[in-house]
Amino acid sequence: MTKKLIVIGNGMAPGRMLEKLVEADASAYDITIFNAEPRVNYNRLMLSPVLSGEKTYRDIITHDDAWYASHGITLQKGEKITSVDRDAKTVTSAGGITASYDKLVIATGSSPFIIPVEGHELEGVLVYRDLDDVDAMLSAAKSGGRAVVIGGGLLGLEAAAGLKEQGMDVTVLHLMPTLMERQLDEASGHLLEKAFKDRGVDVLTKANTKRILGSSGRVTGVELEDGVIIDAAIVVMAVGIRPSTQLAKAAGLDVKRGIVVADDMRTSDPDIFALGECVEHNGHCYGLVAPLYDMATVISQNLLDGSALYEGSVTATKLKVTGIDLYSAGDFAQGEGREEIVLRDATAGVYKRLVLQENRIVGAVLYGETSDGPWFFDLLKKGKDVSEMRDTLIFGQAFQGGTPLDPSAAVAALPDDAEICGCNGICKSTITSAITSKGLTTLEEVRTHTKASASCGSCTGLVEQLMAATLGAAYSPAAITPVCGCTDLGHDEVRRLILAKELKSIPQVMQELEWKTSCGCAKCRPALNYYLVCDWPEEYADDYQSRYINERVHANIQKDGTYSVVPRMWGGMTSSAELRAIADVVDKYDIPSVKCTGGQRIDMLGVKKEDLPLIWEDLGKVGFVSGHAYAKGLRTVKTCVGTDWCRFGTQDSTGFGIRLEKFMWGSWTPAKLKLAVSGCPRNCSEATCKDIGIICVDSGFEIHFGGAAGLEIQGTQVLGTLPTEDETLEHVVALTQMYREQGRYLERIYKWADRIGYEEIRRQIMEDADKRKHYFDRFVASQKVAQVDPWSERVSGKDKHEFNPMKTLEMEAAE
Amino acid sequence: MNANIKTWIEVGCLEDIPRNGARCVKNGEMTIAVFRTARDEVFALEDKCPHKKGPLSQGIVHDNCVTCPLHNWVISLRSGSAQGADEGHTQAFPVKLEGNVVFIDLSFSKTTG
Repeated sequence: MTKKLIVIGNGMAPGRMLEKLVEADASAYDITIFNAEPRVNYNRLMLSPVLSGEKTYRDIITHDDAWYASHGITLQKGEKITSVDRDAKTVTSAGGITASYDKLVIATGSSPFIIPVEGHELEGVLVYRDLDDVDAMLSAAKSGGRAVVIGGGLLGLEAAAGLKEQGMDVTVLHLMPTLMERQLDEASGHLLEKAFKDRGVDVLTKANTKRILGSSGRVTGVELEDGVIIDAAIVVMAVGIRPSTQLAKAAGLDVKRGIVVADDMRTSDPDIFALGECVEHNGHCYGLVAPLYDMATVISQNLLDGSALYEGSVTATKLKVTGIDLYSAGDFAQGEGREEIVLRDATAGVYKRLVLQENRIVGAVLYGETSDGPWFFDLLKKGKDVSEMRDTLIFGQAFQGGTPLDPSAAVAALPDDAEICGCNGICKSTITSAITSKGLTTLEEVRTHTKASASCGSCTGLVEQLMAATLGAAYSPAAITPVCGCTDLGHDEVRRLILAKELKSIPQVMQELEWKTSCGCAKCRPALNYYLVCDWPEEYADDYQSRYINERVHANIQKDGTYSVVPRMWGGMTSSAELRAIADVVDKYDIPSVKCTGGQRIDMLGVKKEDLPLIWEDLGKVGFVSGHAYAKGLRTVKTCVGTDWCRFGTQDSTGFGIRLEKFMWGSWTPAKLKLAVSGCPRNCSEATCKDIGIICVDSGFEIHFGGAAGLEIQGTQVLGTLPTEDETLEHVVALTQMYREQGRYLERIYKWADRIGYEEIRRQIMEDADKRKHYFDRFVASQKVAQVDPWSERVSGKDKHEFNPMKTLEMEAAE
Repeated sequence: MNANIKTWIEVGCLEDIPRNGARCVKNGEMTIAVFRTARDEVFALEDKCPHKKGPLSQGIVHDNCVTCPLHNWVISLRSGSAQGADEGHTQAFPVKLEGNVVFIDLSFSKTTG
């Protein structure tokens, strides 16, 4: 008698298994399939095209009724198996059918995870798993309104794109900071977010759903933890799946997260196999189709007394949203002994990253251009040594085999009418003929004469290659010192491009300017953060993780890991109440050292990090705010006592110093900025070696700048003399803003002035009233967001994590 | 003899640690810096730079390294070894994530008895 095989579940994995089985030996088993869904087998991967309307159910059927009939397979549609009797070797369905088996394959799949928030049972809260769900979404879409999709993973995004296509307004809520964080790195996650936003889908990251709102049993909206409420006609939960194991568990099989199988795909009962998303193999549960097919092949062989082994799978993911190309495979975390190759093509919106270990690809993320995905994945799975083709690997399969390309040869080969500079419409021959006829030898000259690469600058590399090809050895590119090893661009270039291309976040800068690493380094990140803070004060969200520790915790780290605290003393003036508060804090927190600084303030040294917010709270009670003694920003304004007390004083230097400090505190600058105001040319506040100094004279105020008295000693130069405090303030502020906008990160004002030229600065600030006014206005605008006392913010709880240990372990008492 | 803690110890949740940042775990005299990378990988090192004992937890995290806040040594989060031309090593501890819960294995920690 023929042996009996029963299969529970009719998803894609058992479909593939049966195909393989009947192909190998059609008569080995008498086969019966029980399927809870009232349908034949269809391709679940194609649900998204059905939802978006690109395909219909008919298009995605893989095995129709005729297929089962022709192979003599009995298909019990709509019959859900409710119990397995392993002793009797029978299964029983909800409809009362009992059937016996010799071998059983459990392929119960998985079920969507429902977040048990308030309101999850309301009508209109859907999941995205099978055709019934798609039908429910399609009918909801007919009445329009807004769909809220919870979950920004693969399924959630496909659902969002499909619903948008069906005419709904769509909001995606994602708990993590970037989309598809399990498959993508940060850079490509941002690109994906932008692509969804561009097609009109709202994306909220770090969005934690508090509850689902409804009225008369039907969903009306979603409320987030932060109180934001989003209206919703339907809510789709797509936060993940979990293996369906109830049946196996009830049958007494070994079940952990999924049904546990050995390498031969047998469960703890040797006559029972498990297959598909319900399986746990080696601690892994799989939700993608490739591993399930691998398993199906193994089972089909072992059912025929084979000894095939399943060894786990590396998986690749492709997002099935029309117009968004995205592919990820393997493990692309960085680590010891791992190297990465990054290719960014900003114009084409392409990002590719390969992670190598011991000359083998272990991970790949492709965005924008994914045609090489399967090729990379193949190299990855085979563990092929790629050292031979490493230099051109990232360009893909088409580049392999031929002679390595010399980039300047490629440019030389371009036709004369090839457009080089898209912004200004400059073609190759215009540039080459200008180079030869006018004898141009530098990039700046080419820019001046042809305008090529003079706008956005993204074709700078091409222009330089063209110069090299035209001039040969006569061309020596200006040595631009790159910001760091992550880029070839210098600071000035980066700053110019941030403005020209309106780049407003660090990942965006890195993508558009083709950074060579995925997330930068400790040199470029603080620089980029400053440039973005300076250029987009109201739009850019300061990235504290890209700031040095001192600016992150608003105190100065000392050699032993303690901190020093310097409260602001406006113009160097203090009072008995302030001094008493300092004395009390020193006693209360056992602060070992108290010192007067060179900037006329008091420094408390040796403070434990945990104590910082407590100390700030105490200091804040008498009105102290942060002195920013740790900042690349405005530090002190040192003053002398001026006309208040001094018999030589010509102006109110103390009052004016305080006024300047109150106007300018909180502003971030490329490097620290120290000011001084002296009441007469005797210069007791040493204004002539400060970044900006003011010497009061009978006729007004002499503004100095560009002094240094540190690593280098340099006297200031005079900017000009103004008759009134108001005018002086405007000029000082405009000068500061000019420096803020042009200085390279960590470049002190004297270095900047040496580079730009004092004369040029005088021209812009003293002579060009319009320019001065614009600088001044931009400074004032940025101060609106900058002038928040960071200490009081932290006293009220901001960045609490910075100051407390995550955990203090209880040690057993040591003997 | 002394407190020699074996096996996995729960120290908190992934979300407690800022991305590209670190938090400290106090273990008696020793402080352990627990790092979270941009890719949500978690690593643990003794909070001491091999150079001048700078608190690595306060450095800038980039790729799988941290730059020490005192003198800019770059330390691998995975191995604890100094990168580039610098030589030195700080102790690394095994870490695992179960869901979003972070565990550290301190069984190899030098006891401070």
